[in-house]
This record gives sequence, C-alpha cells and structure tokens, in this order.
Amino acid sequence: MNFAMLLDMAAEAFGPRVAVSCAGRQLNYLQLRAAALVAARRARAFAHLALIDGNGLAGPVALFAAAHAGVPFVPLNYRLTATELSELLQRIAPAWLVGPRQYLEPLALPTLIECADYEALAQAALPAAAAEELAADPEAIAVQLFTSGTTGKPKAAVLRHGHLMSYILATVEFGHAAAEEAALIAVPPYHIAGISAVLSCIYAGRRLVMLPSFAPAEWVRLALAERVTQAFVVPTMLVRIMDYLAEHSAAREFPALRAIAYGGGKMPPAVIERALQVFPGVDFTNAYGLTETSATVCLLTPEDHRAALASPDPAVRRRLASVGRPLPGVELEVRAADGRVLAAREPGLLFVRGAQVSGEYRESGSLLDEAGWFATQDCGWLDAAGYVFLEGRADDVIVRGGENISPGEIEAALLAHVAVADAVVVAIASEQWGEAVAAAVVLRAGAEASSETLQQWVRGRLRSSRVPERIVFRQELPYNEMGKVLRRIVRGELEHG
Amino acid sequence: MKLLKPGVRLKSAVCGTEIMVIRSPGIEALLACGGAEMLALTDSPAAAVQLDPQLSQGSLIGKRYVDAEDRLELLCTKGGEGALTLNGSALSVKQAKALPSSD
Repeated sequence: MNFAMLLDMAAEAFGPRVAVSCAGRQLNYLQLRAAALVAARRARAFAHLALIDGNGLAGPVALFAAAHAGVPFVPLNYRLTATELSELLQRIAPAWLVGPRQYLEPLALPTLIECADYEALAQAALPAAAAEELAADPEAIAVQLFTSGTTGKPKAAVLRHGHLMSYILATVEFGHAAAEEAALIAVPPYHIAGISAVLSCIYAGRRLVMLPSFAPAEWVRLALAERVTQAFVVPTMLVRIMDYLAEHSAAREFPALRAIAYGGGKMPPAVIERALQVFPGVDFTNAYGLTETSATVCLLTPEDHRAALASPDPAVRRRLASVGRPLPGVELEVRAADGRVLAAREPGLLFVRGAQVSGEYRESGSLLDEAGWFATQDCGWLDAAGYVFLEGRADDVIVRGGENISPGEIEAALLAHVAVADAVVVAIASEQWGEAVAAAVVLRAGAEASSETLQQWVRGRLRSSRVPERIVFRQELPYNEMGKVLRRIVRGELEHG
Repeated sequence: MKLLKPGVRLKSAVCGTEIMVIRSPGIEALLACGGAEMLALTDSPAAAVQLDPQLSQGSLIGKRYVDAEDRLELLCTKGGEGALTLNGSALSVKQAKALPSSD
C-alpha cells in the first residue's frame, strides 16, 4: 500500500479534471501525477523530501513525488526561525528541499541538503510520463511531521503508508465528489489536517483551492471567487472570518458553500452557535484527531449539530460541545490512571486503536501498547450515547492537593460570564497545595468585572477547589497560528509576574 | 492459487482490471477476473486465456469488493470488463457508509 495509488486512480478515472489551483495556476490530475513522477526520479537520491512552503501547487506535487520515490515527505513550518529550520534540516539530511526562494534564501543550509527548482517542480507537467511501479512497502514511512515542540526539542511523528491509506479508504468514497466541488485549504501543509485534506480531496475528485497563508479577507475572497463548496478551519480562523464578515458587509452570502469542517483546537460553544447563524444552510462537522492518528478519529456530524440545536434535552444540546463519535474502524476507550476502562460520564484518559493509528516517533519508536492502543494524552469522557467530550491535555491537568482538576470546566464557567471574551486556566505553584488554580482572562470591549466577581461566579457553579486563586486580566491570550492557546507562556507569566 | 495479504496487487489476465487486497484472513485462494486467475503486476498472461462471456459484468475503479463471508476485501484500482470471483463465487460491491467530509 502506497498512497501514491490514490493519485494514480484519480488520474485514471478523471484525469483532465482540475486537481489543484492556486493564484491563477492549476494542475489537472494527469499533470499533477506527471509532475510528481518527474520529481520522484530526483527525490530517490535522498533520504527525505522536505518542503518549506505555505499552501500552493508544489505541496501536492512534492507529497506524491515523495510517495512515488518511497522517501518520507517532511513538510516544515515556514514560520520557524532560520536557526530552528537549519536544526531540523540537519536531522533529515541528506534531503531534497523544496520551497520558494523567499523561504530558502535566509537559511544556512547544512551539508547534504540540495534545493529543488521550486518553479520547475510545480510546472513539470509532462504530457504522458511512463507508469512506474510504486514502492510497495506499506511499512515504509510516508510522512514525518515535527511536532510543535512545546516542551524541548521538536519530536518527529511518523506516519506510514498503511496508516494514511487506511484512513482514506475508511473515510472517503472514491470519485464521489461532484464536478463543481472545491475545497478551500487554509491549514498549512506541515499540519496533519493539511496533508489529509490533500489526500481526501484527490481521492474524492474534489478540486483543491490553495490559500497560501490564512487571512480572513483572502479566505472570503477565494471562497466567493472560486465558488468553494467546502472548507476546513480551526476555531480561531472561523472567529476571524466571522468578525471580518461582520465588519465588512451586513449580509455576505456564500451560495456555493455547503460544508465547513472544524478541528485542531477547542471550539467554544458560543463560536459554533454563532457560526450556525452566520452560515445558515451550511453543514458543520467537528473533526477530532491527532497527528499520531493520521488525522480524524471522531466526528460530530451535521445531523448531530442540528439535533443538538433543536433538542430540549440538555444532554443532547450539550453535544454541540462534543467531538462526536469514533469513525468506523476506530475504537476509543476512556481509562483511569490505573488502566481500568471507565463507564459513561466518568472522566479519564482517552485511548484509541485502529489501522490509521500510528503513535510512533522517530526518536522513541512506537508508543502503542501491546494490544495496539495509543494514549492520546487527551482527557475526556463519553456520554450515554458514546459522544466524546474533551477536557484538555493530560499535561494541563492541575493537581491541587491530590485532586485532579481539568482546566476545561473552569474555562467554560468563566466564558459563560457575560463580561468574559476569552479565558485560560493553568496551574501555578502553591506552597499549601502543590499546585493551585490560576486564570488569565480577556474581558469583552467595554465590559468590567473584578477578580472577586469572577471568583464568586465560578464558586456559584463549581466546587470550591475549582475557584481560581489568582485571576489576571490581559488584552489578549497567546495563541499559535493553529489557534492553540499557549498555556506554557501563560503559566510562565503567572508564575514570574 | 495466491496468498492474498493486505497490500498485494494483482491484475486481470483478460482485461484491464487491477486490484489491491485491503483486508484478508491471509488465505491462499483462487482470485479470478473474467474467469481467469489474476496475475502479479509483473507477470505476462498466457496467450490462450480469454474473457469468459459469462463473467463479463465488469469491475469498477474505486469500488470495494467483498466475498460472501465478508472476510476478503479488495479495492479495484483499475476497472475492466471481467467480473471478480473468489474460488468460483462472485464478489459483490461493498456499500460504503456515507461520512461527511472532515478535511
């Protein structure tokens, strides 16, 4: 199993259809395959094919070239500093590096890194490249993604061809996209969601509309100009798109847009409720997944969203804040710290198992247990119908006097206050308790609330151990470009300020 | 007879059909297309074999085929005129569950 087969099949079945477009240029499936085959001949001489780029035509070409060549595809974050990038490149040498001049020129390239002619790569669309046998080993490494490295050196997560193929074959029906379908790709190519979007769309026959780097104005412009039918966004992107729409036009309609999927970070209930109003008639899907699981493992479907909104039952309504249920072929368990499998409503650690689950790092090897289960490091619980609710990362749990406290429920309580626009809860060191609860809060424009008011508010809703001992007010919270709040920075500020 | 392991790719001896094994109990079995045993991608068909008109219902690219016990699953990676059979019994198209696009 080699995922290059996905493109081979698309080229065979609907070759002349446009596969990917970006900034006025486009490649059909035959051209994309031909370009990938040409690039694969060169890539074979290296141990890795690396990419430093935003979304564009070169990304899909490089992804499939790597697969055809049987070398790992290593997309790198172009926002990293030149020093950070050089360090990562050293770790993957000898590598063939693809990227536009603007990103490559500032780099001090280690030895054994050779740069590709980026422009030629995206244009090398020979009319009929000879079919070549694929490197067939399903155990071969397909993609290597450096994790954001919130603690120490970035780790290299490894996905093998068998993982990605299992995900695509289990979730996408070949060629089912209608001819007019187009997906707007705003998630960067070095994120698992950016890679899975390329593979899914190509196998479905859905045109990829590449947004080189996310900005709300450009997202809106492309969605309209390219008659985009679906899109994947992280929650912060959705907020910025809606704010942009509110500022720039009273009623901007997207007649072609049918579906928006979201994931990659926690979706505040207020944001999704607002989105359902701003985009009436659009299907919303919540996708929960991790790099180590080849993207999505749980889905909250459009029907789930509608049922939750319409239901008078609070348990069903609450599912708007859930990440849905596991995909077919994915098993999910909630376990206690001692390994015991927990019943519905009992919070614990989430474990997943399935053919798409890798759980492997270049440095440490496979982290799956003997039965194939992967510890996601996410905390959460299931409701009676098996809907999954997330409560944050295990690392973020606050241990106060032996009691485990998840920041998620306290953040939800703070966000429910009318004056609060954003909130994050972290642990701070405490002589009395070991760790104590602290919060950084952003107030809505013009709103006022004291720490005492907010402490009272939380006390009225949660157990007293959950009340933040310290609340600080900020103009904004630190987020990374994928919309994840950077807790370690907040924690550092609170401990040292 | 061929050992059908996940990832194994075979081609028809009598038409353009190609398949990949997706799921298999690891059995040795006679997988045929259009009545003739399927071949490894690198094999050349014997000159004499021809499509059996009784087995010319065709295969469709992108469809998944399963046996009656749902133990063996194939992905058709290139379509052709021959019908797929396992030990003489027809394979049927697996009905896919419709999932919303999540990426």
